Amino acid sequence: MNKKFPDYNGVWVFAEQRDNKLMGVVYELLGEGRKLADEIGCELSAILLGENLGTLADELFEYGADNVYIKESPLLKTYTTDAYSKVIGRAIEKYKPEIVLIGATHIGRDLGPCLSVEAETGLTADCTKLEIDHEDKKILQTRPAFGGNLMATIICPDTRPQMSTVRPGVMDKAVYKKGRKGKLVVLDDVELKSEEIRTKVIDVCKKIGETVSLTDAEVIVSGGKGLGNKEGFKLLKQLADKLNGTIAASRAAVDSGWIDHSYQVGQTGTTVKPKLYIACGIFGAIQHIAGCKESDMIIAINTNENAPIFEIATYGIVGDLYKVIPAMLEELN
Amino acid sequence: MRILVCVKQVPDTSEVKIDPVKHTLIREGVPSILNPDDANALEAALQIKDKNPDTIVDVISMGPPQAKLMLRECLAMGADNAFLLSDRAFGGADTISTSRTIAYGIKKLGNVDIVFAGRQAIDGDTAQVGPQIAFRLELPVVTYVQNIREVKENSIIVERQLEDGFEVVEVQKPCLLTAVKELNEPRFMSIGRIVGAFDTEITVYNHEDIDLDQELCGLKASPTKVYRSFTPEPKGKGEMLTGTINDMAHTVVEKLKEEHLV
Ligand SMILES: Cc1cc2nc3c(=O)[nH]c(=O)nc-3n(C[C@H](O)[C@H](O)[C@H](O)COP(=O)(O)OP(=O)(O)OC[C@H]3O[C@@H](n4cnc5c(N)ncnc54)[C@H](O)[C@@H]3O)c2cc1C
Ligand SMILES: Nc1ncnc2c1ncn2[C@@H]1O[C@H](COP(=O)(O)O)[C@@H](O)[C@H]1O
Repeated sequence: MNKKFPDYNGVWVFAEQRDNKLMGVVYELLGEGRKLADEIGCELSAILLGENLGTLADELFEYGADNVYIKESPLLKTYTTDAYSKVIGRAIEKYKPEIVLIGATHIGRDLGPCLSVEAETGLTADCTKLEIDHEDKKILQTRPAFGGNLMATIICPDTRPQMSTVRPGVMDKAVYKKGRKGKLVVLDDVELKSEEIRTKVIDVCKKIGETVSLTDAEVIVSGGKGLGNKEGFKLLKQLADKLNGTIAASRAAVDSGWIDHSYQVGQTGTTVKPKLYIACGIFGAIQHIAGCKESDMIIAINTNENAPIFEIATYGIVGDLYKVIPAMLEELN
Repeated sequence: MRILVCVKQVPDTSEVKIDPVKHTLIREGVPSILNPDDANALEAALQIKDKNPDTIVDVISMGPPQAKLMLRECLAMGADNAFLLSDRAFGGADTISTSRTIAYGIKKLGNVDIVFAGRQAIDGDTAQVGPQIAFRLELPVVTYVQNIREVKENSIIVERQLEDGFEVVEVQKPCLLTAVKELNEPRFMSIGRIVGAFDTEITVYNHEDIDLDQELCGLKASPTKVYRSFTPEPKGKGEMLTGTINDMAHTVVEKLKEEHLV
């Protein structure tokens, strides 16, 4: 516990669910939260909102939560800023966690700022590393800024809770322990009225076709401007299929209209850390590298031997991807 | 109808270079631009004005005096009035402090029907200031707006971008919306307006003008502090393969086998 803030205690994570399924980043927050809580010597809790949540709380216990704060209501079924910030804001005020971690999803990046104003406390965006300062147990939050050109470590010395949004796909997932139990706390002292919710979700449209889960992929074959055209992704797909992986793209390929934004790796796309990342015709702009450099192995194929992607590649191949990939496919057969 | 757009002057991060010795950002000679998402926000406001000519579109920024240049660009694109919140006391503000100052500035300007902001600024990349302003002004907020379907008398119907699709949201007016780049294609400055933009007075407010206590401004009122900054360490350079295309393809597949990736 921190001497300066004796009332504040514990690490909280926001257990974001959509359609009653926990978002992937929640497991990562639980993994990271567990680590931080153990270092501070406090409990790890999750806060879970929705309707008919079934066994989700049990799942959170099994992934390491000591407590789950829960509220179920038809008004919480889909996320709205008004309803979620009211319930969570009130819970933070009442239970006073020392640290609050939120996934930097489109929803988390909407909720976090509102909670930080409500508590008049700091919020560090899109963190890629969290550590505990051994001296006073405060949290050191590291994040990229200026398009990944600069890293900054941010602290929040004088207000509580300390809040961070955490970039999906960066932290290690929590360990699963079947049957692990915890304490369920029902948040029943917040009354929600439908007229307090000033936005109404009329419809939710999911993208059709294959769903891309770049954060979970173990092998990614990614293409850039060097593909030259949309058809190039068909070749990448062949290689990806052979390696049980998925395809992805750089922003330049997305901006050229060759592939959907949901495939974009990098600062304004998804951060990935697969076992294998094959970069084909990707120059290696700093914003792209920021999103793939944590991959265990990187293979770069590029005609330009001076492309910066080679600086981070485990293996570099200078050559035309339209010759190299077919040769690799042949070797694999 | 009155629309207010929050715009920020930012360094063009694609041109930002790192000092190889000091490991700090070299800002000299780096051009300052209107933050890209904010250009989409302004374009959205101007499109509403195109359809409803009695609409007033104003822009507001917090920043040093040189931000006037960016505000003049906004005027040349079609904004009616520009306001700059500028005061030594505003310096060093984090998002909590910035959003407070801008919220006070907006209150000073009086009634608005829609406040627009960009999703995020490319210097800090936080995406926090927009929703924070909304929360301070007790306005409903929709972030990541990728399409505006209909502006009605008392509400607006928008599409909110999600990772795997979008939701259609109806939001009560007045409200704050944050724009993503998919929302539209920002127009260029109009030649006819550029000259006028340089003659238009830009209203500058300091902390007293917006009734904000100096203690609640800038660095002093920022709960977050930068503890240290550094440049990302480059991963050790790997191995460049040699030989013919077939040799290299062979070698790399062997490496994959070693790592049990095939
Ligand atoms: C704030 C900000 C955020 C950004 N976020 C992202 C982001 O999230 N993700 C991202 O990717 N970018 C991002 N960018 C954009 C980034 O700066 C680059 O524009 C982009 O990554 C370049 O993509 P590319 O390497 O595919 O294309 P290019 O830069 O055009 O390079 C194409 C490469 O392919 C090579 N090539 C050409 N033909 C062949 C061939 N036949 N075989 C092999 N190689 C070939 C060329 O030599 C070249 O190296 C961001 C920029 C900013 C300012
Ligand atoms: N100093 C500022 N002046 C005006 N608007 C700002 C300022 N800082 C941030 N904003 C607005 O808030 C959005 C998000 O900024 P950020 O939270 O810094 O990523 C920007 O796109 C702007 O619309």
